[in-house]
Amino acid sequence: MDLKSLYTQIITENSRATHNRHPVIGATNSLEGINPSCGDDITLQFKVENDIIVDAGFIGTGCAISQASASLMIDLIKGKSVDEAKHYIDIFFGMIKGEIKEDEVIDELEDAAALQGIAVVPARVKCAVLSWHTLEEALEGKSGVSDHEASENDDAGSSYEEDGDGLSLN
Amino acid sequence: MSLMSDFPILGADENGKRLVYLDNAATTQHPLQVLDAVRNYYTCDNANPHRGVYELARKATDIHEQARATVARFLNASRPEEIIFTQNTTEALNLVASSYGMKYVGEGDEIVISVSEHHSNLVPWQRVAGARKAKLKYLYPGEDGRYTGEAINEIITEKTKVVAIAQVSNVLGLVNPIDKVVRRAHEVGAVVVLDCAQSTPHMKVDVQALDVDFAAFSGHKIYAPMGTGALYGRYDLLEKMPPYMSGGDMINQVHEYKTTFAKPPRKFEAGTRNVGGEAGLAAAIDYIESIGWETIESTEDRLMKLALDGMREFPEVKIYGDDSSAGRKGVISFNIGDVHPHDVASIMDANGVAIRAGHHCAQPLMDFLKINSCCRVSFALYNTEDDVKIFLDSIMKVRSWMGLGS
Repeated sequence: MDLKSLYTQIITENSRATHNRHPVIGATNSLEGINPSCGDDITLQFKVENDIIVDAGFIGTGCAISQASASLMIDLIKGKSVDEAKHYIDIFFGMIKGEIKEDEVIDELEDAAALQGIAVVPARVKCAVLSWHTLEEALEGKSGVSDHEASENDDAGSSYEEDGDGLSLN
Repeated sequence: MSLMSDFPILGADENGKRLVYLDNAATTQHPLQVLDAVRNYYTCDNANPHRGVYELARKATDIHEQARATVARFLNASRPEEIIFTQNTTEALNLVASSYGMKYVGEGDEIVISVSEHHSNLVPWQRVAGARKAKLKYLYPGEDGRYTGEAINEIITEKTKVVAIAQVSNVLGLVNPIDKVVRRAHEVGAVVVLDCAQSTPHMKVDVQALDVDFAAFSGHKIYAPMGTGALYGRYDLLEKMPPYMSGGDMINQVHEYKTTFAKPPRKFEAGTRNVGGEAGLAAAIDYIESIGWETIESTEDRLMKLALDGMREFPEVKIYGDDSSAGRKGVISFNIGDVHPHDVASIMDANGVAIRAGHHCAQPLMDFLKINSCCRVSFALYNTEDDVKIFLDSIMKVRSWMGLGS
């Protein structure tokens, strides 16, 4: 699939879809995923009951690819078990890395399988995988913010923040 | 007149396709004259300057010092010793912040910068303010992206010790009123640090006429190799500033427990320098001067006007800052409806057009403009009307792919 078909058939439609774009009431898991270099920022929320993802949604801003990927992912995992969701994550990453090529495996991803075409624009792969990384970490119990590019040691662990009439070292 | 033939990377590939390179504000491409100068240095003249007594070392030293004289001429510094070679603008600005800022800014003093500064002229000052318990204050533009004399006079006060500002914003592309900044800053005894990274590619920068105290630019934005750049500093200020990095070549005498330092500029040039790059930088300046500012400015101004006129035809295109071509150099930042800039850049890339998308290392300005990011098209002396036409066609393509304007 070339970039034009990817955009016109998949990305544009799904990035504007609103049915998965909402906070989840009574969410058991909530994690914000950001790509600082491009400004993609999504908060993924879902509710797990008896090991089943009974509801999921996302809020945030970003490019069409990151937004479409999040929506397609939520379509796929809603109503599925946590283990099934992890299975889909493995297939998705395998597909993106080109390690999984078999159609019958990739077809398990349903409409999200179309994102295989993102390989034609390597610079945008990080947009396509953001929501999936965020889901993976949220399923592992992480909450808060997941920053996929930040250094663990910014300025020896400190930052500068406005404080009243001056700047102070935190 | 097209200078494209001087730039090998801009030529057509084996399929007859050529790159429409419009990300010049990030870095420019290199003419053969620059590539040849670098090759020639390493082929014929390479030795460690200032260190050997043999003939080859003398030649390398001459090239190093001639390049300094060329940069001094380029900026119209009053003497070559006011030019310190750096890796780029960022290193030059960090040098001023660390050396001058950390020594001469104290508790309760104020540092004034503009909200449209590149992070390289912002984060170093944040750190100086933090370490010295000084106050960092921001100059804000009007709706049109222009800074007024009133705002400048108000924000710079008797407590201001440093005013750091870009001559041309790397996002808005507007030429800032440096004369007004300098007048007010000097009235209160503050020094002016000018970031010339986005002005030096497009206009004559004369540090004496501007009367600034420091000025920084990058070689790689003026057709010279990456890893080259310079800081201009008024000699009397350089003399009273402590060294930045220390080690070899920046010393006068070293004893076990005491060192005396060399005079400027060598006081600030520790270690072996990028002389091959400096040979390329001098060649780039010669190249620019051989074409002449009149030709460069008239070519780029024509392309700028053509692009702005074309962009205004699309109702979804939002241009940031005053959208006229007057007082604008090199850069146009924009968004297309609610299409994310990275989608715009990907679609343009599929059409063979390279533009920048993102926050352009100016996040406080993005916040001020209330956007996350934007697209930026930027011109250089080799761009053509055909490049602008293909860029405008690419906007059409973005609209059609993303279902706008249909």
